[in-house]
Amino acid sequence: MADDILDISGLSVDFRTPGGTLHALRDVNLSVKRGSVLGIVGESGCGKSTLINTVIGLLPSNARVAGGEVRFDGRDMLKMTPGQLQDLRGQRMTAVFQDPMTALNPVLTIGQQMVAIQYRSGASTREKRRRAAEYLAKVRIPDPEPRLGQYPHQFSGGMRQRICIAMALLAEPDLMIADEPTTALDATLELEVIALLKDLQREVGCAVLFISHHLGAIAQLCDDVAIMYAGEVVERGTVREIFHDARHPYTRALLTCDPGRIREATRRLPTIPGSIPDLRRLPEGCIFRPRCPERFERCAEHPGDRRITETQFAACHKALDLAPLERIEA
Amino acid sequence: MSALLEIDDLIVRFRHPGSMLDRLRGRGRQDIEAVAGVSLRVEQGSTYALVGESGSGKSTLARAIVGLVAVAGGSIRFEGRTIASAGQSDLRAVRRDIAIMFQDPIGSLSPRRSVRSILSEPFKVHGVDADLSQEVARLLTQVGLSPDFADRFPHQLSGGQARRVGVARALALRPKLVIADEPTAGLDVSVQGELLNLMNDLQAKLGVAFLMITHNLHVVRHVADRMGVMYLGRLVEEGATGPIFEQPRHRYTQALLAANSEPDPDADVQRLPIRGEVPSLIARPSGCEFHPRCGFALDICKTKLPELTGADGIRAFRCHNPAGVKTAETVPEPA
Repeated sequence: MADDILDISGLSVDFRTPGGTLHALRDVNLSVKRGSVLGIVGESGCGKSTLINTVIGLLPSNARVAGGEVRFDGRDMLKMTPGQLQDLRGQRMTAVFQDPMTALNPVLTIGQQMVAIQYRSGASTREKRRRAAEYLAKVRIPDPEPRLGQYPHQFSGGMRQRICIAMALLAEPDLMIADEPTTALDATLELEVIALLKDLQREVGCAVLFISHHLGAIAQLCDDVAIMYAGEVVERGTVREIFHDARHPYTRALLTCDPGRIREATRRLPTIPGSIPDLRRLPEGCIFRPRCPERFERCAEHPGDRRITETQFAACHKALDLAPLERIEA
Repeated sequence: MSALLEIDDLIVRFRHPGSMLDRLRGRGRQDIEAVAGVSLRVEQGSTYALVGESGSGKSTLARAIVGLVAVAGGSIRFEGRTIASAGQSDLRAVRRDIAIMFQDPIGSLSPRRSVRSILSEPFKVHGVDADLSQEVARLLTQVGLSPDFADRFPHQLSGGQARRVGVARALALRPKLVIADEPTAGLDVSVQGELLNLMNDLQAKLGVAFLMITHNLHVVRHVADRMGVMYLGRLVEEGATGPIFEQPRHRYTQALLAANSEPDPDADVQRLPIRGEVPSLIARPSGCEFHPRCGFALDICKTKLPELTGADGIRAFRCHNPAGVKTAETVPEPA
């Protein structure tokens, strides 16, 4: 049995567009350890969605995997037949998406939907319904039994997202992919959903691939973190390494920009000057070079992964030389 | 000098049809109060932030100011003139002075119209005689976009650029007040900083006041002069931003601040003294409306709505057992 439930190595994905080939992912290396939570952080256009769509096999028809492997429990998913993939998805690998308002079918009751997704199980409908109620209780929905008969609109946004989580966990998967599951929720509910995810993840023992651009959520939930920028993983490490000793200038810029980390009230918020490069015409060398405050001559060649510790890697020539990131204290 | 915008005891009611069963039983319709007696003032050239969870009535309040929903009670005054009170509204005179920026930047721009056409529209609607191409170029430059953007269409803009166009449109007629509904929702942190810096620069240059609706408290701390915390249509705490962040008095404010914690893997997550979700407006809890979720509720909280404490203009709140008072502190019950 492989140590990593999901192991992505050297993954590159291209899109055919009218303006030329767009290199959406380039040489991505990532792994999710069994029973652990990996967080992926990055801004719009960094390739987070392309990455998960590759993993669940939902790439659009103009996309092409240009190289690399996506190993699920040791087997390369990119070489699987559609039937083999179908056996994994919804069973050993499940997903929770961003918008809880549209993820559920509005004309079916919660109970019908929760029974329907257990279609692979040979159990009786009565047993499936009992399990559905059990999982509703697990996500702390009060009176689960009668609520199975209700429709999605009778639940609040936070409850609907918890129902989606319950449905993703019903199959007792090995890996749950959570794509921005808390973005549409208020801060108080977000915290509740994060705490719940953390408890359930321990209870069910599944691994989670958690995608978010909210650093607070990542810090609280994840064991390991990967930072993506313009289609590359620029830094990865344990959650403490990333938040306390980031080594890539982009990670550091991202952390600095978070208004939650700025202790003193200020009218002038930090930003990252410039914008994401055109992925059809990639710049030479380091992808972050045009916006990087630390750039120097050697950045014209791609740095590749620099090993910082046993668990931390950063794609930067200066990764080992940067001074510790100063906390902005009051 | 009177404030730019003064809202006194504002009430906005919506009719709730009730269930079919209730109607058959003759219980009929009932009204819900989405805004239940809100008073606040926005000074000239300042930023006021309204915060609260979904369903707290923030957006309804903003809509009432621009006349998109009818006012059932209280009054709204702009530069000393009453622009809306129960059953009446007289916005004509102030239409050009109050602008609104909606939440969804791309959705609020017509997909079939160029940026030039979008930015010229306010001038045409208000019959302002101006050199439109010059005005459009001026507005684009003002928000940090090159004048070439005039020929683009909304789908050719990034999220951040679309917001800038939204800001430019709101500022077209040089309003005195801009209502910004979630101006940074969905933006990446680096772009969010750019937009807020831009709004801040424009405020300093043009003297425009912002009424900002947001649930991002980190942002509030950096950009707002005053803030109001809404819960079920009421302001539970209101005042200058600094003191509220330093020591929130209402337990709900305290919980919101705790929920917006700093991103640190070693932060203590379990300190959140808040439970469950916002109750329904149809069944408002008795007494203090926050008591069912409050970890510090006393018996009195279940029966009596707390009075507004502290009318010194710096900060006011409604709580029987406020934070920051050692003697009245009770141990939170386990959740």
